[in-house]
Amino acid sequence: MNVKRLTAGIMVALTALFGFTVSALAEGRLGVPKDKGIWLQEAANTQASRVVDFNELLLWIITVIAAFVFILMFYVMIRYNAKANPEPSKTSHNTLIEIIWTVVPIGVLVVIGFWSIPLLYFQDVVPKTEFAVRVTGNQWNWTYNYPDHDGIEFTAAVVPKSAFADAAERAEYEAGLSKFLGRDAKLNARLLDTDYRMVVPVNTKVKVMLTASDVIHSWAVPSLGVKLDAVPGRLNETWFEADEVGTYYGQCSELCGKDHAYMPIAVEVVSKDEFAKWVERAKAEYADAGTTALGR
Amino acid sequence: MAHENPTGWRRWVYSTNHKDIGVMYLWFSFFAGMIGFAMSGLMRMELAEPGVQFLPEFLGITEDHARHMFNVLTTGHGLIMVFFMVMPALIGGFGNYFVPLMIGAPDMAFPRMNNVSFWLMPPAFILLLLSTVVDGTGSMDGFGGGWTAYAPLSTTGHPGPSMDLAIFSLHVAGASSIMGAINYITTIFNMRAPGMTLHKMPLFSWSILITAFLLVLSLPVLAGAITMLLTDRNFGTTFFDPSGGGDPILFQHLFWFFGHPEVYIMILPAFGIVSHIVSTFSRKPVFGYLGMAYAMAAIGFIGFVVWAHHMYTVGLDVDTKAYFVAATMVIAVPTGVKIFSWIATMWGGSIKYEVPMLYAIAFILLFTVGGVTGVVLSNAGADIVLHDTYYVVAHFHYVLSLGAVFAIFAGLYYWVGKMSGKQYPNFLANVQFWVTFIGVNLIFFPQHFLGLQGMPRRYVDYTDAHAYWNKISSYGYLVTLVGVLLFIVVMAITLFKKKKDCADNPWGEGATTLEWTLSSPPPFHQFNELPKIK
Repeated sequence: MNVKRLTAGIMVALTALFGFTVSALAEGRLGVPKDKGIWLQEAANTQASRVVDFNELLLWIITVIAAFVFILMFYVMIRYNAKANPEPSKTSHNTLIEIIWTVVPIGVLVVIGFWSIPLLYFQDVVPKTEFAVRVTGNQWNWTYNYPDHDGIEFTAAVVPKSAFADAAERAEYEAGLSKFLGRDAKLNARLLDTDYRMVVPVNTKVKVMLTASDVIHSWAVPSLGVKLDAVPGRLNETWFEADEVGTYYGQCSELCGKDHAYMPIAVEVVSKDEFAKWVERAKAEYADAGTTALGR
Repeated sequence: MAHENPTGWRRWVYSTNHKDIGVMYLWFSFFAGMIGFAMSGLMRMELAEPGVQFLPEFLGITEDHARHMFNVLTTGHGLIMVFFMVMPALIGGFGNYFVPLMIGAPDMAFPRMNNVSFWLMPPAFILLLLSTVVDGTGSMDGFGGGWTAYAPLSTTGHPGPSMDLAIFSLHVAGASSIMGAINYITTIFNMRAPGMTLHKMPLFSWSILITAFLLVLSLPVLAGAITMLLTDRNFGTTFFDPSGGGDPILFQHLFWFFGHPEVYIMILPAFGIVSHIVSTFSRKPVFGYLGMAYAMAAIGFIGFVVWAHHMYTVGLDVDTKAYFVAATMVIAVPTGVKIFSWIATMWGGSIKYEVPMLYAIAFILLFTVGGVTGVVLSNAGADIVLHDTYYVVAHFHYVLSLGAVFAIFAGLYYWVGKMSGKQYPNFLANVQFWVTFIGVNLIFFPQHFLGLQGMPRRYVDYTDAHAYWNKISSYGYLVTLVGVLLFIVVMAITLFKKKKDCADNPWGEGATTLEWTLSSPPPFHQFNELPKIK
């Protein structure tokens, strides 16, 4: 797509300008913000990449519009300053141009709508999913429940900052995570890592059912293109499908009180085999026999 | 039958004079604005580096407390800037002072109600300030639920009396604004000078008329919503509590039914001021006057049917979202008409770059930037990654902080000579403009990057990857701080001058509205004989 190539060029130029470096990826993909980043987080699935593409298109449209206004303004400022043009004209009407600057923006908006509305329906209409995860926002952590897997349930809270300063504490958290995931896991970023992670298989449509136990929270993972509020008394639904194995991070996106900044979201995307193994282990440890299957 | 003009404290406290009340509104807005600006300074200093270190040290509190305090600051900053800075300055201040002058009226229609309108504001402000020092939640002071005060964070989430005081504050401020709005509508409909039809009325008066309608129609909805909050909190009702059959989302619908018109309430008077300034310093009449007036009316009307674009992620029905996407984008059309008409007003003009004009041009350019990011956000499909991030913060500060506030600066420089009889020091005012211009852009432009990278708003602490642009943004605050201090110096130099050195019309033939036909400052009572408009 042409827009993409243009954007890539701009990105190279901006990279040179701001001198940021693209950090090497760890094993598996990492869905995290980039140091000094100026653009959307890298998309890790179709949902996010459609948003990224759409946003690129929008960026081009708004850049052209803004540049047009700026250039027009600068031209007018220079051409019609009091010295260059001592006698002002008395023109105050021109029906044709007024019609043009009303109709052309409508055309631009129609073009935007042509991309915008299909994307909205793609995101919002939940397709047939393979299983569901029930996510409950609490002050200030997330409870994940797998109703289609015997009600595996655990609560993921932020890894405290101290673990990123103290090697022993960090090792303890990494050991805990490794045990939970059944393989070696590392902490990646302060304020993004949680003590447990939501685990889902790759290339699988997963339904996320959201609610909250106290105040409104919002469950968001930018690199997977999802964000939906967790509202007490409501069950909101969204979905995602991850294309690559990796760890994808997000943060609570609705002000929920004192520790709003301290309830991140970490989604571990694993292979289907690994997921099956994880489910077996997790069932033994975290399953709640009382939960009935609600998913699919 | 000449009667004594009141002097001393009676002149101000008992004032029924629209100019005195306007001046009091401006001073009030200045003091409130300084407090709001200081709050944003505390937030920017806290956000200068990752981690929570500035607030605990500066205020001598624990980190835990500082996290709550940060939320109290965002809440206070928002409420103060919206209700106690921008609205009093644009509507109460410039509106009171200049609407009667521009339409050739001796005063407002209800002078004593005007007095009540103003004198409700200080108690409202005191209630809000008090709310920051009484118990909010978990034995910590202040309400930290954002200016939007979403339930249940504003009900069960903050059980202390702090939120109740904030609610009372908004009730009182809202009553003040509704009375003000009634006053403007009555004044503009009934007290225009002979010959001044609505279609000949200056655009600033148009903007205040439309704003007044928005206020009258939207504020009662807010008042109802926060009253329901109050009874949910104190009298066991469950309007917003699902355990009693209520719905937290209902509050958001009610709030934004008020809240979206509210943003136009803040920007329409700015449009009016900018139109006058652009026309004055281009020595040309406003291009497409009727288009300009009806574009504002259109923005005001559409502003009432787009509220749920603030709620794309709450779980609305997809068809509902599709409607709000379409309706929201429509606003870009009348807004575009205004931008292009301002440029067309300058086209062919003989432009002088006095300080008000610099601010007006900056307004047009920066409002364009804030406008186009608004078009991005209007698309629910793109909003899904940008919602509640710093991209939104950048967007609305471009239209408000760099839009509405620039219009306030523009209006002050444009009219300070008229109001005080003393002209501002030109060189220093130019410096003030450039410093402020650079400062605010340095604060807010990098916030687009932070938002795109996913930094959520209202965060006291952020992951290390966001450090770079946050630091730049905080430096921008320091530059802006210099700009604000310079502004105080400029205004002090102006107002402490002994000599009244401002001509009746210092701006020349481009300034055609009626206020420039009067002396500077205007007489205590003007237009004892009504001017006739050809």
